[in-house]
Amino acid sequence: MTDLIRLSDVEKSYVRGKEKIVIFDKLTMRIEAGDFVAIMGPSGSGKTTLLNLLGGTDRPDKGAIEFDDKHIEKLSEGQLTAWRSVNVGFIFQFYNLMPILTAAQNVELPLLLTKLSPKKRRENVATALQIVGLEDRAKHRPREMSGGQQQRVAIARAIVSDPKLLLCDEPTGDLDRTTADEILSTLQTLNRELGKTIIMVTHDAEAAKFAKRVLHLDKGRFDERELAA
Amino acid sequence: MNDFALVSKNLWRKPVRTILLIISITIAFLILSLMLSFNSSLSNVNTLPTRMVTLSKINFTESLPIAHYDRIARTEGVRAATHMNWFGGYYQDPARGFLPVFAVDPETYFQVYAEDLGIPAAERDAFFRERTAMLVAAPVAERWGWRVGQRIPINSNIFTNGTTGSSTWEFTLVGTIPTPPGSSQSGSVLIHYDYFNETITFGRDRIGWVPFLTTSAEMNDSVANAIDQRFANSQDETSTQDEATFNESFAAQLGNIGLVITLVVSAAFIAILLIVGTTMALAVRERTREVGVMKTLGFSSGRVLRMVLAESLLLSFLGAAVGLGLAALILTVLASSGGGGGPAISFAPIVIAWAALIALALGLVTGLPPALQAYRMRIVDAFARR
Repeated sequence: MTDLIRLSDVEKSYVRGKEKIVIFDKLTMRIEAGDFVAIMGPSGSGKTTLLNLLGGTDRPDKGAIEFDDKHIEKLSEGQLTAWRSVNVGFIFQFYNLMPILTAAQNVELPLLLTKLSPKKRRENVATALQIVGLEDRAKHRPREMSGGQQQRVAIARAIVSDPKLLLCDEPTGDLDRTTADEILSTLQTLNRELGKTIIMVTHDAEAAKFAKRVLHLDKGRFDERELAA
Repeated sequence: MNDFALVSKNLWRKPVRTILLIISITIAFLILSLMLSFNSSLSNVNTLPTRMVTLSKINFTESLPIAHYDRIARTEGVRAATHMNWFGGYYQDPARGFLPVFAVDPETYFQVYAEDLGIPAAERDAFFRERTAMLVAAPVAERWGWRVGQRIPINSNIFTNGTTGSSTWEFTLVGTIPTPPGSSQSGSVLIHYDYFNETITFGRDRIGWVPFLTTSAEMNDSVANAIDQRFANSQDETSTQDEATFNESFAAQLGNIGLVITLVVSAAFIAILLIVGTTMALAVRERTREVGVMKTLGFSSGRVLRMVLAESLLLSFLGAAVGLGLAALILTVLASSGGGGGPAISFAPIVIAWAALIALALGLVTGLPPALQAYRMRIVDAFARR
């Protein structure tokens, strides 16, 4: 397998008041294409910061982040935005759907950034909703759907533009066990059948079992043995 | 779906709030449109470059002795002169609007205002002959349902009729004055000065002002100087001005229209600016997470800025359009009812241009701060904010 993502000596810190908080100090890791990685760790260990760096919504202070052999830390703000729209799908804990839009319109949102015709966009939206089993809910607004259904819409939105990487931040954190397992099964299917590389941050050990491997992050460092495995 | 649909959906996210905002903006643009139309109608009255007016130096309401008229008429460079008095009229009920009734010297009046009085010769001659005759602008006759030949009681809220002891005079309507747009006769009611002068209980042998024609526009300044110098240091000093200036000062009797428009419209728009600006800022702040999501999905900061600005502009132009529509409707209804008198107020095309400019400015000023806020918002901060 080839590496989809490589982090080399990444440093990231925040300044809170007069205090400098170091999140990562020379973090190095790689993730292969087609992997499904669960990242676990206590609060403040840097899980969400890592997702932000991988997704290009935040920048490292130092070090390199390569995606498909492309250094994304060197991209301008505009280039990074464009890169994100093509390569990364995001799934959040609280779904983050637009309440004013229907399920289909929410899923269509990333496609507004493409040059696809309205007809082609509608076809892609229908396919994405079909993959997550919500084709009959296309015209429903988020408030008319359950939490699990909303998260499925969010997954459809994440995959509609066919990105290589899916970044999931506590995707089942707001769901009951049964619904959470359904969502995780869907992610597993996307990984196995569509070859999506998935990086999922979670506190839930049960959720982590759906991943191919689990990495534990603590104080900005991964367990070296897990990384090497 | 496209960006405009998204902007529109965002605008109508809270319909009650949006409707209230549109109503606020509508009211401001309604006031603006009506006042601009009023001002435009006053300043668009046809004027002749050789037509001038002499009036009291004190102000428009101060009368002059009739002897002034003869002297002005004999001044070198004056081709024709007439005199007019303000009657201060109303029909039946003053609450239903005033009538701009002028007591004139018929024959000389027709010389000075020949271009604006396109009435048939028979009606003109009838007006000359009959001392109690009255001519009215066609819209006024139409409004009150007056027909030629009818005896019309007109009241004055200034003078008393010495023959009856009341404030009522009865006149015979002998003809109507057609008033194309811009006519100086819009709303006019003309009666005989002699009849008026003989029946009033005070202010007899005094005149309001003296309109006259010069032999050429080049003579205007010298004629004006000659007249005003002639009456300098007398009890009744004069001020002579061209017709356009006179019309403006006539309008100014109702107040400084320009200043009133500026103050009222400014007050309305400052209030609207604060309301819409605050609401737009609040609306974008409420959507902090959504802005973060859009940027995460790949919407550029510039595109987000344009969408917030477009929302603000859409709101502003919607309010402006409704305000203009209402103003046009009100002015149409007023025009069809003949108005209360004075120049006919019509919806001036210049109002649309002004309204569009102001709507653009309003949209930009109220939309720019929240748009910049959304533009600068970092994704990590958007998700960190609760």
